[in-house]
Amino acid sequence: MSAVHRTAPADAILACEGLSKHFGGIRAFTDVGFQARRGEVTAVIGDNGAGKSTLIRCLVGVHQPDGGTIHFDGRPHPFSNPDEARKAGIETVHQNLALIDELTVAQNLFLNREIVRRIGPFALLDRKAMKTQARAMLSRLSINVPSVTQRVRRLSGGQRQAISICRAAGSGAKLVVMDEPTAALGVQETANVEALIRKLREQGVSVILISHNFDQVRRLSDQIWVMRAGKMVATVRASETTGNELVALVTGAA
Amino acid sequence: MSLPTDNAPAVPRAGATEESRPSLAALLLDPSFWADWASVVGLVGLVILFGITQPVFLSVANLQALLLAAAILVVLSIGQTFVVATSGIDLSLAAAVMLGAVILGLVNAAGWGVLAACLLAVLATSAIGLLNGVLITAGRIPDFVVTLGTLSGITGLGLIISGGEPTMVGSTFLLKLASGSFGPFGYPVWVAIAAVVVAHIALYHTRFGVHLLATGGQAESAAALGIRTNRVKIAAYTISGFCAGIAAILLVARIGSAEPQINTSLLLNSVAAVVLGGVSLFGGRASILGPAIGALMLTALVNGLTLLSVSAFYQPLAVGAIVVLAALIMRYQK
Repeated sequence: MSAVHRTAPADAILACEGLSKHFGGIRAFTDVGFQARRGEVTAVIGDNGAGKSTLIRCLVGVHQPDGGTIHFDGRPHPFSNPDEARKAGIETVHQNLALIDELTVAQNLFLNREIVRRIGPFALLDRKAMKTQARAMLSRLSINVPSVTQRVRRLSGGQRQAISICRAAGSGAKLVVMDEPTAALGVQETANVEALIRKLREQGVSVILISHNFDQVRRLSDQIWVMRAGKMVATVRASETTGNELVALVTGAA
Repeated sequence: MSLPTDNAPAVPRAGATEESRPSLAALLLDPSFWADWASVVGLVGLVILFGITQPVFLSVANLQALLLAAAILVVLSIGQTFVVATSGIDLSLAAAVMLGAVILGLVNAAGWGVLAACLLAVLATSAIGLLNGVLITAGRIPDFVVTLGTLSGITGLGLIISGGEPTMVGSTFLLKLASGSFGPFGYPVWVAIAAVVVAHIALYHTRFGVHLLATGGQAESAAALGIRTNRVKIAAYTISGFCAGIAAILLVARIGSAEPQINTSLLLNSVAAVVLGGVSLFGGRASILGPAIGALMLTALVNGLTLLSVSAFYQPLAVGAIVVLAALIMRYQK
């Protein structure tokens, strides 16, 4: 393990320094430095209430940090809302707020970025193109669903999670942020989603992963950041650490 | 979805596994099939029933009269569909029709041209819809309360500006609109057909339509994906108000005067047609053809009962029974 280094490596897709956030008198986190390298899976772990989720929300524009700087893709990024972050290339896979049950797989994959054809002053949906591209997006990530015209309601939890990840990655995002992507999934479904995350990395997409599951974090990620009580207390390479060390870092026993 | 247009038949697809199409027998045994097609099945059933018991029902003249009578309800049901698709409800719809009619009558009586009167009527009802939408979204008041409030408010407004008196509207334009025909259908039927086509395209072939269904399905998720759900809702209520304005013009043309009393059966029937049409009252799934056929079915029911000389008192009972039955069948919708 090493001390938390303060200078961002040159290949950081996202780097923040001295970041702090409080809600009224309650400090969510203070003076946090954090970097995610391009093309890597970067995990953030920590106990409940350590500040991981709030940190992530600050990174993707849901919350505004009270102090410190965030750089995304080499530029200072003051995203005032998730839409701006999305436009800059950060997609978030939300835990529950991901898909619209009553819409089809293809409609969900293209929601709010529909393909349209212009006919005079009117813009009509190009449903054929969206279905074709949806199939291509799914097969590129080896995601199996019965049909892109199937309603999402009828899919399993794992399939739904796969589709929201596909949605996030499919927009050409540079960075995909996932908050507990396998929290509600069974063993097989978790394995599928993990395979999907590896596939994303193979395709050069950077991933930030929040997880409680230390084994999963060690399996999936390249770099692990540990938060405790609102501080970033350590960062380690996943290949150089053990489960026991992570537990010690998270609980503060080390 | 309820009608075949939005769920194209399964075509062979790459990357996804093949889905076999259900056999006809399996389809007929599937309650969700009946739920999706409730309005069509109901309409066909009524046509057969009334056709046997009262052959006059199937005469060309009666069918034309039926379509003519259905036109107003079809237009209103479309407006209601957009609102219900966002998981809202517009209770002020019939009152807006009344106010639109009163404004049309008064503006026309004041010596303005009838076209200006029609335009003002539509503008007024659209403004009511806009107000509904703004109060519901920006004011964060439940749709039920807001539209109940505007129902009462605009009913009062209509009574105040009209003094409670009907206004005769003797316009050749409106007379032609009501009685003229092109091809097999009267003009009001063409208006309804145009409304169906435009609304269908808006719902299924535009980004607005998808965003509408997303907003109705899961507003929070839709907002998380950057859809401006408040704007979508306001647009839906404004469309509903616009449809009320069109219906007001058709109504004044049909009865030749602007009556400051609301036709409550229009409101209930518009909701009934939407339910019969397979639109989920919880939002997120909708079609246009379904409610339009639902409106036709309700009109056919009234028409057939009248032909069978059943007392008009039985009509609300029959409509109520059918709507509750339809809602029961809807529970099987997948």
